Amino acid sequence: MQKFNSLKSIPAYLLIVNIDTDMIIPKQFLKTIKRTGLGKNLFFEMRYDDNGKEIEDFILNTEPYRNSKILIAGKNFGCGSSREHAPWALLDFGITCVISSSYADIFYSNCFKNGILPIILEEKKIKELLEYSKRKEEISIDLEGEKIIYGNNELKFNIDPFKKKCLLEGLDDIALSLEKSKKITSFEKYLKDKKPWIFND
Amino acid sequence: MPFTLYDKIWNEHLVHKQDDGTALLFVDRHLIHEVTSPQAFEGLRNSSRKVRQPKLTLAVVDHNVPTTDRSKGIDDEDSRIQIETLDKNCKEFGIQLFGVKDKRQGIVHIVGPEQGFTQPGTVIVCGDSHTATHGAFGSLAFGIGTSEVEHVLATQTLVQKKAKNFRINVNGKLAVGVTSKDVVLQIIGQIGTAGGTGYVIEYAGSLIIDLSVEQRMTICNMTIEGGARAGLIAPDEKIFNYLKDRPMSPKNDNWNKAVNYWSTLKTDSDAEFDKEISLTAEDIVPMVTWGTSPQDVVSIEGKVPNPENETDIDRKNSIERSLKYMGLEPNVAVKNIKIDTVFIGSCTNGRIEDLREAAQILKDKKKAPHVRAMVVPGSGLVKEQAEQEGLDKIFINSGFEWREPGCSMCLAMNADKLKPQERCASTSNRNFEGRQGRGGRTHLVSPGMAAAAAIAGNLDDVRKYQN
Repeated sequence: MQKFNSLKSIPAYLLIVNIDTDMIIPKQFLKTIKRTGLGKNLFFEMRYDDNGKEIEDFILNTEPYRNSKILIAGKNFGCGSSREHAPWALLDFGITCVISSSYADIFYSNCFKNGILPIILEEKKIKELLEYSKRKEEISIDLEGEKIIYGNNELKFNIDPFKKKCLLEGLDDIALSLEKSKKITSFEKYLKDKKPWIFND
Repeated sequence: MPFTLYDKIWNEHLVHKQDDGTALLFVDRHLIHEVTSPQAFEGLRNSSRKVRQPKLTLAVVDHNVPTTDRSKGIDDEDSRIQIETLDKNCKEFGIQLFGVKDKRQGIVHIVGPEQGFTQPGTVIVCGDSHTATHGAFGSLAFGIGTSEVEHVLATQTLVQKKAKNFRINVNGKLAVGVTSKDVVLQIIGQIGTAGGTGYVIEYAGSLIIDLSVEQRMTICNMTIEGGARAGLIAPDEKIFNYLKDRPMSPKNDNWNKAVNYWSTLKTDSDAEFDKEISLTAEDIVPMVTWGTSPQDVVSIEGKVPNPENETDIDRKNSIERSLKYMGLEPNVAVKNIKIDTVFIGSCTNGRIEDLREAAQILKDKKKAPHVRAMVVPGSGLVKEQAEQEGLDKIFINSGFEWREPGCSMCLAMNADKLKPQERCASTSNRNFEGRQGRGGRTHLVSPGMAAAAAIAGNLDDVRKYQN
């Protein structure tokens, strides 16, 4: 997994609430057997018209937001389907940081598996940041220091220490869990003994 | 210390507690399907890892399968590749698969319970958010992403942070024509689409106990629409009777041991919940959604809301956006909304009782001439059962198409989809923009309400059509 340390970009914003993962990447693009190549279809239905032409006033079709690496979005971002294609599409487009006041649980944990930082900020602070973003100037994300820097201002955010460590070091959590292999084996033994029906033995 | 049912299942599956408050949780049952698993198997191959417990994993094709005649194969190349990839992966890693031609094939959340793969007290995961369905059996069941699917395949565990406890009590009796779909729509309308975020919901109360196993599944299924990853109900005799003699249920001595254990699975009377609400069943009426979020619910006697009445600016904008997408004017009575399509099926309402409920309304009646209507049974076995009961004939005589099992128009990954601006009364679970096809407009309803809409040609009150 790609490490996440710090990031500088002009943030794009989509202030719709409850943006669901169907909106982020519609089902016709879930037929892939790869993780890559989804970026061109990110927000497909808002981004393209019926003839596949870009809709001019959609933010990610305008400059400088086409190259944004940060997305500010309305609350409950990523609700609905568990499809990890949603963070894959964001990542493939180039967005590695989302800022919202809340996220759906499954989407939130999917981000961390893909080197995407989902920052939670209270609504008031998001409004501040949003006003600044309209200037089309870069903001900085400092994960180590847990802060967003814009102009001469700073906004602090909180993140779970383990999740932070995984992002900073780009850790493979399967490898980490496999280090506990002995514990898993002894749990399986306990299970076979206490609940033999689980293994249908 | 008193525990909730969720606490108990959690504690029973702790392999390792980590310093940061997360835990390594053992997964007893892993369901996989063709859409969210290929990249997970690819990941295993790339790192030369194996599937730790292939016997605890069950695969089925559902999202992408055609619901028309399958004997000639699958036209759509991408769908075919995905389905073939699952077949190849299951062979390579030794996992049991119900493929396209298997009679047991169907929607993963219908197949699990049907086979007895779903059992009380287990941790069940699947790369699909509607995994919450299995919570109806008193299991901790939740949807995961593909990276987590890979993690479970490789380790038979998941790293999880414990959620908070939320209890929803529903007491009383439902009126004729009101179903568990209406109950869950009412709940989502009340708590909102993010109301359960960070929680596991336990459903309790006299109504929940009165519900059949299948009706309980409908409620747990839509828990994710209220933001909670899992919803569960304490298992009881109904659950044990349902599971007895299913192909993958415990057998002989193991059955008795299992039932003894399952009987202990309930929340302690003095356990505390972080959040709790109560509803009265008698207050619940047939519901429909008017907007593009499952929280946008209104009674069939109600009206489309007016954004001008909203003080919250986010809510006002959201209503305006939804009304524009749905092609609806404020204050219109929902009963007057004309529909083009009716879809009966999905993991929410594609089981035998759902089909019976719809067929009972449709018996000896015709759908309105302008309506396209289809029934997609949740599994091959549901289809077979319905045909034995003659339900297929009732649907066909009413003018419905009788299809092969799969997810179908619930998410429209296969050929079953709405055209732009087409309006559908659907028994599925999501009315998101574009969910059933680009520009398509979805109104979520119960199977009985879907049948009533088919007859009337517009959204209508199922209570008028009781046979």
